[in-house]
Amino acid sequence: MNKEDIKHLGQLSRIELSDEDADNFSKEISAIISYVEVVQDIIGNEDDKEPKVGARFNVFRDDVVINEPDSYTKDILAEMPKSQDRYLVVKKILQTESE
Amino acid sequence: MFTIANLRKQFLEGVLTPKKLMEKTLADIKAKDKDINAFIDVYDEALLEAEKATKQLAEEGEKSAPLLGIPVAIKNNILIKGKRKAAASKMLENYKATYDATIISRLRAAGAIFVGSTNMDEFAMGSSTESSYFGITKNPLDNKRVPGGSSGGSAAAVAMGAVPVAIGTDTGGSIRQPASYCGLVGFKPTYGAVSRYGLMAMGSSLDQAGPLTNTVADAELIHNVMAGLDPMDNTSIAPDTYKEVSIKEKYTFGVPKKLLVDGIDPDVFNTFNRHLEVLEAMGHKIVEVDLPLFEKGLAAYYIVMPAEVSSNLARYDGIRYGLSVEADNLLDVYQKTRAEGFGREVKRRILLGTYVLSSGYYDAFYGKAELARSKMRQELNEVFNKVDAIITPTTPTPAFKIGEKSDPLAMYREDIFTVPVNLTGVPALSFPMGMVEREGVSLPVGVQYIAPHGGDNRLFAIGKKIYDERL
Repeated sequence: MNKEDIKHLGQLSRIELSDEDADNFSKEISAIISYVEVVQDIIGNEDDKEPKVGARFNVFRDDVVINEPDSYTKDILAEMPKSQDRYLVVKKILQTESE
Repeated sequence: MFTIANLRKQFLEGVLTPKKLMEKTLADIKAKDKDINAFIDVYDEALLEAEKATKQLAEEGEKSAPLLGIPVAIKNNILIKGKRKAAASKMLENYKATYDATIISRLRAAGAIFVGSTNMDEFAMGSSTESSYFGITKNPLDNKRVPGGSSGGSAAAVAMGAVPVAIGTDTGGSIRQPASYCGLVGFKPTYGAVSRYGLMAMGSSLDQAGPLTNTVADAELIHNVMAGLDPMDNTSIAPDTYKEVSIKEKYTFGVPKKLLVDGIDPDVFNTFNRHLEVLEAMGHKIVEVDLPLFEKGLAAYYIVMPAEVSSNLARYDGIRYGLSVEADNLLDVYQKTRAEGFGREVKRRILLGTYVLSSGYYDAFYGKAELARSKMRQELNEVFNKVDAIITPTTPTPAFKIGEKSDPLAMYREDIFTVPVNLTGVPALSFPMGMVEREGVSLPVGVQYIAPHGGDNRLFAIGKKIYDERL
């Protein structure tokens, strides 16, 4: 796993990485990957194709509102980096031609 | 001994009040925590709640709630409405929880008083509490050493004598390993027994919350308050989900001897063998069991866990809450916020998780790790046809020194005995089995008992007999 591979993973996971970061991570992550590769020796059969971990059954709950309207709104708004009235302010995603 | 049972007795006898206890707790924290750094935040209003509890106790006596007036410390990744909950990360440095975790509501309803929020590895990723944005926590038994992690602050809070119980979370050993390093009891429930609603998710198929205490009886009491089906967590289970696991007088314990060869400290190994002799002297039977796939457990864990981490931590993007770094466009806001907000270990695991889930590698890594999990579960079920519980040391070494493990893989190996438990979803209990000496200091080491799914009560019964009664 080289520096460019790490930078690509950084882009996929939305983390900006400096050259130094990428250098360090490339060594460490390569070592971890060669360690975890031992799982590839495990051979499954047809029966193993369905994952078996965890009990598998449907879980439902009634679709009802359990809290009073607005009981969380103020607190949640207060956590937003930018808000206006009762709205979250986000960056413009579509740009016009003049921009 | 500083236990809930003793405090309750003293409350009812009138020789101690919740208020007096809380004054002592807050004074203890003030005096000792400058050095230890077990707490990120301490809640001074706990004293007011203790005053109320004192009145309530006087009125209700034995009918009062079982944890009334008991001070409890809560890990920094478990939500308490209105309190800062940062998961020890810069990303959430100023985040105030907007709701209570289910376990918090249940503990509160049982009368517990929350005294503060404990330090941890950032987003619960680590085995030493060295990766916290809020500074490292020291082991109260030897402050040159780590308390373990990721629930290191919770363990240190109990070990320094400030509280009789602290709540931690365990994704790969994060309750049991610090319990072992700090000489405490630590419990990881059957997956689903305790609601994850209001826990900051790390590995959703692995995470469970549990207690760190001085006795197994206290751990049982706290677990029973927290456990139970919760409509807010669709992976939580009813108590009758698994077939009943009986409580016996004498048990057959399985020891995976082949696993205990490589990388285990000779002193820990000797202490473990002496523990087995004690069990035999008590009339229990010890047999050797073969768990060949458990050796691959750590490898499977370091695929499954980062995969779940990379997905769970995608929510921290600088938009709705937490840190937000200003930038020209939306993509840069994401990338710069995550670059600045996350520490090295968190980034390392997100990158690794992104890799094992990416197209072309998914089958070779994530697919195989999930296959390993289901095969491990089959292997375990077969062994549980022959034995009542499996025993291992909780960790291969006693507490290591601060800064000693700079190589990530060396740190990961501390979890070799604990991660198979989370991968397969079974419950496990750790309690001290003895002491080993390092540089003139006696350090505790823990033994881990693993029971079949739903066998939480069997573990408590075993622990009370083998640990509590012999204290």
